[in-house]
Amino acid sequence: MSLEVIKPGLFSVFQDLGRHGAQKLGVPASGAMDELAHRLANLAVGNAENEATLEIMLMGPTLRFNRPATIALAGADLGATLNEQPLALLAPIAVPAGAVLQFAKRKTGLRAYLAVAGGFGLPSLLGSTSTYVRGGFGGFQGRALRKGDVLNLPCRAERAALPPASAAALRLLRSLAQPDAAEPLRLVTGREWKYFSVVAQKLLLSTGYRVGPQSDRMGYRLEGPPLERACTGDILSSAVAFGTMQVPPNGMPIVLMADRQASGGYPRIAQVASVDLPRLAQVMPGETVHFSLISLNQAEELLLERGRTLGALREALDIKWK
Amino acid sequence: MSAVSRERYSYQITPIGDQSISIEFGAVIDVEINRLVCALARRIESAALAGVVDVLPSFSAVGVHYLAAEVPTGPGERVHAAITRRLRGLVEALESESQAATRTVEIPVCYGGEHGPDLEEAAQACSLSAQRLVDLHTRAPLRVFMIGFTPGHPYIGLLDEQLDLPRRASPRTVVPAGSVAIANRQSVIYPLATPGGWHLIGRTPLRLFDAQREQPCLLQPGDEIRFRAVSGAEFDAWPQAAVRIEESAS
Repeated sequence: MSLEVIKPGLFSVFQDLGRHGAQKLGVPASGAMDELAHRLANLAVGNAENEATLEIMLMGPTLRFNRPATIALAGADLGATLNEQPLALLAPIAVPAGAVLQFAKRKTGLRAYLAVAGGFGLPSLLGSTSTYVRGGFGGFQGRALRKGDVLNLPCRAERAALPPASAAALRLLRSLAQPDAAEPLRLVTGREWKYFSVVAQKLLLSTGYRVGPQSDRMGYRLEGPPLERACTGDILSSAVAFGTMQVPPNGMPIVLMADRQASGGYPRIAQVASVDLPRLAQVMPGETVHFSLISLNQAEELLLERGRTLGALREALDIKWK
Repeated sequence: MSAVSRERYSYQITPIGDQSISIEFGAVIDVEINRLVCALARRIESAALAGVVDVLPSFSAVGVHYLAAEVPTGPGERVHAAITRRLRGLVEALESESQAATRTVEIPVCYGGEHGPDLEEAAQACSLSAQRLVDLHTRAPLRVFMIGFTPGHPYIGLLDEQLDLPRRASPRTVVPAGSVAIANRQSVIYPLATPGGWHLIGRTPLRLFDAQREQPCLLQPGDEIRFRAVSGAEFDAWPQAAVRIEESAS
């Protein structure tokens, strides 16, 4: 009754919707970088959306299922195959005992999410199964997967095959899963927007910024024209959020991601709209991103609309849980 | 004083994006303001507002993270307006609030030598002897203003005016876990081996963060701290369970 890691892949970590409630103790929220893909993978196998998925980056692992299971993949298309047959995204797949899941060549995106019906049976720490690698806790032994790891999947009754998704459900799934990658990422002004010169504000919204090689789950370091402050002076360290764009003294913006510190002391020029964070999480280092500015009301409305679409998908899949 | 006087301070509620908001009482490091901030953070947590998932006190602000889809709104009301309205209600109701019990935690520190390689240099920069610096560091009760940087990493102050140093010009790439350091009239303790730019004056044998403990973090915002000098032999033999925490209603 196990899942065996034959090859670990580049960086494969278990994540859920995040470790909430402990940020006041300096514990990062962590959680899936692409929360939407994480949810869709879980929904596709009938899991609760906070169940852990395996977040797979760029080069996927090779995994052997030593028991039958139902799985689904969402997010990046990293060329997954099951027993060497190509695997569709966003669909529940019945995996026979002994089958091998592997990944070949990346086609789109950066992070794929693997859900297993019934979950991976990980222990919860501070209310979450998310892995925080820098702190060495959460997920599977507080680290990324290694060769030879064996996970004991929970011995739950084998889930009956999920009924095929309705046309309505498939339509919703596809509309959620295919955001327009070419559109600029939407920002709202940050707490310290006005600390920056008008030139800097215009640069941010008109120039492409390259995602730097040091970008990771903690933050995306952007490279481009430096953003100059209009006024000097320090700010006190205080709360920052997923998507906060802060600017250290060198003028190169950093967008804080899932493993961000709970607080920060650099001026916050902008905030990536929550609805666009999944898209940013799929951008590879070396690629260029563009930004546009929307109002807080618009950002909120877009997010609520996403929530309503997810709600409609849940209904269409006819999955009910508490 | 048993009550926190909110009326004496003006505040501002500002969105930080579409799922976070900050309640700010100026931009200063001040014990009285931080006391207010900690009391407000506790009040917001105990109110258990629908949709709120994280409440973080910092020096002079309380950050609140929420899930927009789970915040109830009135007809035509925006989510950020609804959350602002509820938070304002809690701030306004705060004035008569009495403080929670204060915890006093004693932190044993072995100063100088291998455990505090910057002690002599820091003392010289402050025009003090090393012994005098240690006396000042251990003398007065201090306050945990906030926890941040890494899990369980406290910002403690305010230190005596004579201990006002800027951070080191070049940060160390690795600081040993338990290192006690000073800068900007504050003290920090590094719970994990991380990079660090503060002056290392000593080291505590206590574990500030342990994910496997029932309470992973030793300290909380608002705790009172007393540093106590211990010898190298005491440091080496320190039993982990020996943490002195006193609770007192104030």
